[in-house]
Amino acid sequence: MKRVLKRLLSMIPVLLGVMLLIFIMLRIIPGDPVSILLGEHYSQDTIDRLTKAMNLDKPLMQQFFSYVLGVLHGDLGVSYIMKRPVTDIILQAFPHTVKLAVMAALFAWVIGLLTGIVAAVTQNRPPDRIFMTLSLAGVSVPIFMVALALQYFLAFKVKLFPLTSDGSLKSMILPAIALGWNSAGSIARMTRSSLIEVMQSDYIDTARAKGLRRGAVIFGHALKNAMLPVITMMALQLSSMMSGAVITESVFSIPGIGRLATDAVQNRDMPLLQGTILFTTVIVILGNLLADFLYAVLDPRIRREA
Amino acid sequence: MMATEANVNINAEIGEKDGVKAKLRRLCRQNPLAVISAFVIVAVIILAACAPFLTPYREAQQDLLARLQKPSSAHIFGTDELGRDVFTRILYGARVSLVIGIIPPAISLVIGIVLGLAAGFFGGKVDYVIMRLADIMLSFPSLLLTMVLMYTMGRYANSIVCIFAALALAGWASVARVVRSQTLSLKEADYVEAARSIGVGKWKIMFRHILPNCIPSLIVLYTLNVPSCILSESTLSFLGIGVQPPAASWGLMVNQSKQFLFSMPWLALAPSVAIMIIVLAFNFLGDGLRDVLDPYLQTR
Repeated sequence: MKRVLKRLLSMIPVLLGVMLLIFIMLRIIPGDPVSILLGEHYSQDTIDRLTKAMNLDKPLMQQFFSYVLGVLHGDLGVSYIMKRPVTDIILQAFPHTVKLAVMAALFAWVIGLLTGIVAAVTQNRPPDRIFMTLSLAGVSVPIFMVALALQYFLAFKVKLFPLTSDGSLKSMILPAIALGWNSAGSIARMTRSSLIEVMQSDYIDTARAKGLRRGAVIFGHALKNAMLPVITMMALQLSSMMSGAVITESVFSIPGIGRLATDAVQNRDMPLLQGTILFTTVIVILGNLLADFLYAVLDPRIRREA
Repeated sequence: MMATEANVNINAEIGEKDGVKAKLRRLCRQNPLAVISAFVIVAVIILAACAPFLTPYREAQQDLLARLQKPSSAHIFGTDELGRDVFTRILYGARVSLVIGIIPPAISLVIGIVLGLAAGFFGGKVDYVIMRLADIMLSFPSLLLTMVLMYTMGRYANSIVCIFAALALAGWASVARVVRSQTLSLKEADYVEAARSIGVGKWKIMFRHILPNCIPSLIVLYTLNVPSCILSESTLSFLGIGVQPPAASWGLMVNQSKQFLFSMPWLALAPSVAIMIIVLAFNFLGDGLRDVLDPYLQTR
């Protein structure tokens, strides 16, 4: 319990730092917000008035504190372009991204674990070589290329799936594969190396010595321990999934968080960009926290140390 | 003198007695794919450098009478919507990809080395501040971090310079972590203690005695950062917030040919395959180098 509390407390400086960094990076541009909001032809008077109304004339530290206070109240500001509260926009887009990420994760886990296990049991024989080369190819292909290829072959040539997403489960399959592709590659590589390592430990020899069949040894004994690093890595993949979602959502026109971020950069919509980055980063931080706890729960050795 | 002896010492400790030549030989034997990849990389560098001599067209030369042509002997990969030769643009795009793949990781390597050494060597508050900063940098999803940096700098510099700076600033944290953890273990080594006892200065110990022992993992880390920077650039350009037209970048080419995906798929295929080849080559090389140089660095 004490450890949990300590870990939670250690998040606070990181979270504050994240906010400060985003704040500095986005507000470093003097006069920028006002000129974007107004366009080009406005009098100095109007500019001054708006600057004051937006608190942009206050010292930077004070601006930061009022920003943090706002965030704690769930207030992320108002989008310049959409003229709506950023919190609302994000909460509206978030379910799309969640759906996409969950389906992508499922795809990545199933494919990654299967190929990883097959590769490990056939270590250094052809299936292993083929799968590992493929998985390295998997992590080397840009996500947009996977997405476009899926669109071309499975949506255009063979009309199995719709071209763009309309929110239905079926239309999310292609985006999920595109997003899960890279993760599947890394999970496969991790599963393989972890399983190979575990298979060399003493307790596996014992299991074999008592006459268990190969399948029972792998699935009943080895896999349990081999999964530990893989599970942590899955949670860490959340970060790259968020990056990937930006691309996938753009190709399949899914109105999710990633799409908001791209639009925000293109339209120079600072509050929206600030909000989406903060939101995704907090999710990633929470994901890492979850991974830590999950690891402790699953691995009794770590629990006892605490 | 000190440093070389120290190297021998450390190498003996971790059971690696062979020199550079032996390692290279081992690389060739164990991992032919890595060697092929090295040749591919050299070939791409030569092609990119000699681009003007390999094609009769210029990078942004438009020919509106020859728009959207199929691959032919005059245009090996066809032409795009403005009649520009796709093959030519691939060659020039290689320059962007290579420069962005090679230089920003080098900058972040230098930043990461200095901060990682300082954190590991001085410990205490310096360590805390630097490592928390690294934690913060690493908690951003990488693409989104570069997007914010692009947004901030977009007003001041041209797009390629922005991507440069964004990738360099986004990449130092992982380098700092590796260097710090190695510094922590090397700091206690006997030879460092010996150097300290004869009065060698802190900075000299850091850069002359500790840093050289980090080099194998740094080479691997660098080789693996190159493809991720190339991918980041092409992704940003694909999203329309990276390299701006009329400059040629592979990601931008895919973006522009997206609208013709179903009628003329080769337009998107050529730059995509180019990205894949260069990224794969660097990944295979990095993997091979890791097996030879640094068996302790974890599999990704």
